[in-house]
Amino acid sequence: MLNNYQSSGYPLWSNGPTPGGFYNFTGGQQTHKLPSELVTEGPYGTKRNTSSITTGSSVLGIRFDEGVMIAADTLVSYGSLARYQDIHRVFKINNNIILGGSGDFADIQSIKRNIDQKMIEDQYYDDQITMKPKELSSWLTRVLYGRRSRMNPLYIDVVVGGVDKQGVPFLGNVDLRGRAYEDYVVATGFARHLALPLVRERKPADRDFTAQEASDLIRKCMEVLYYRDTRNMSKYTVGVCTTSNCLVEGPYNVNENWTFAANIKGY
Amino acid sequence: MNKFEQFPDYQVPGVQHHDFSPYESNGGSIVAIAGEDFAVIAADTRLSSGYNIHTRTQNKLFKLSENSVLGSTGCWSDTLSLTGLLKVRMQMYEHTHLKVMSTDALAQMLSITMYNRRFFPYYVSNILAGVDKDGKGVVYSYDPIGHCERATYRAGGTAGPLLQPVLDNQIGYKNQNLSQDELPKLSIDRAVAVAFDTFISAAERDIYTGDSVIINIITKDEIKSQELPLRKD
Repeated sequence: MLNNYQSSGYPLWSNGPTPGGFYNFTGGQQTHKLPSELVTEGPYGTKRNTSSITTGSSVLGIRFDEGVMIAADTLVSYGSLARYQDIHRVFKINNNIILGGSGDFADIQSIKRNIDQKMIEDQYYDDQITMKPKELSSWLTRVLYGRRSRMNPLYIDVVVGGVDKQGVPFLGNVDLRGRAYEDYVVATGFARHLALPLVRERKPADRDFTAQEASDLIRKCMEVLYYRDTRNMSKYTVGVCTTSNCLVEGPYNVNENWTFAANIKGY
Repeated sequence: MNKFEQFPDYQVPGVQHHDFSPYESNGGSIVAIAGEDFAVIAADTRLSSGYNIHTRTQNKLFKLSENSVLGSTGCWSDTLSLTGLLKVRMQMYEHTHLKVMSTDALAQMLSITMYNRRFFPYYVSNILAGVDKDGKGVVYSYDPIGHCERATYRAGGTAGPLLQPVLDNQIGYKNQNLSQDELPKLSIDRAVAVAFDTFISAAERDIYTGDSVIINIITKDEIKSQELPLRKD
C-alpha cells in the first residue's frame, strides 16, 4: 500500500509532481528520502514476508497489590513442530521492568536487543534515572505503530510489567499494531481465551490480588494452557517484579496428571 | 522505466499483497450533547476486538484543555497516535502564542490533522465537546478523514447508528411538530440522564459497548466526571 504509493511514483511530466504527490511550484521536484526498507529493488516493488515463522504462544500477566507477575512457557514452535523447547520468553529488562513476548520469536529477539541497548545507555548516564514500565510500554507503541504504518509490522504481542518510582505496579499489553492498554490481568495468544476468564472470575471487587493469589492463579492457568493449547508445553518461567526484587524464576513444571487417560474408553 | 499504466490487472510477482491489515476495530461508543452554557460527553469503557474483551476499564475521553474533551473510538492504536499528536500540537501552540487553544481552534486543527492522513486515514470516530470562548456549549463531530461538522448533539462509534435516533427524539425533538418556543430548555441533569440512558440501551444490543460509561460535564469553570456501571456481558 504505502510501499508503492511513493516508490513507484515517477513524475507525471519532467520536474512535475508524482502521482498523489504535491507539485512544488518554486523548486520543481523534491526527492524525499524514504526509509531503506521501502526502496528495495524490483520492477513493481518488493514482496516481503509478513507472516511469522518461529512462534512463541501465550503470555499471561497478573498485577497484584505490590507488583506484577508474567508467565510464559519455554516452547518456541516452528509451525506445528515443537522446535525449541528450552527458550525463556519472559525477560528481566532492568530492576523495574519485566517483559513477556509472544508471536514471532525473531522479532522478539530483535526488539529485545534494541531494549537492552537502551538499558545500557540508561546506565552510562549514571544519573540514577532508570526507565519505568509505562515508558517502555509507550516506546513500544511508537515502534510497533511506526512499523505497522509502513506495512512492515513486527509480528509480536508483548506484555510489559513492573513498578514505577512510587512503587505502583504497572501491567500492560502492546500488540503488533501499537494497540496498548493496561489492566490487572493481561494475556496474549490462547491465554486470552483460556486464562483471562479464570483470572477475572477470581478477582475480588474491592481489592487487588495478593502475591500468593497471583502466584496460585498463574500456576493454575499454566496448567490449563498446557492441557488445552496444543502449542504449549509443560515447562514455564515466571517473571516477578516488586519494589524489593525483580527476577525471572523457574523454569517450573506444570503439575500434570494423566491417570484419567486410562479411564477414557470408547475411541 | 515502469509507468503507472504498465501495471497489469492481474497479480505480478514482487507486488505486495498482504494478509496483514493495519486496522482493527476496537469498539466503543461516544455521545455528546451541548447545552446553552455546558456540554456533556460520554463514552463506554470497553476495549475489545472481535469476541475478545481486552479491558473493561479503558477511558476513551481525552481532556485536551480546561474546556474541551475529545472522545475517540475505532482503531485504538490510531486513537493513541492521534491524541498523542494533538497534545504535542496543542503544547506547541501554547508555547508560540502564550495561550491555551480555544475549543473552536482545536476543532479546526483536529480536522486538518485527520485530513493530513487522507490516503492512509486514522480509522477513528471522533467527537469533540467543550465550551467556546463565550462559554457556550459546542459539539464537533468528525469522520475518519477529517470532515468536521458543528452540532448540538451527536452519537458516534460502534453504537452510533443505534444512539443517534434516540438523541434526535429526546434532545432534538425531531418530527414532534413543536414550535421553537415550545421546546423545553436543556438542563445539565437532563443531558446527563439522556446520555446515560442511551448507553444503557446501547449496551443491550451492541456487543462492543458495555462495562461502564464515563461522562464528562464541561462548563466554563470546570470539568466534572461521573461513572455509571453497564452490563458486563
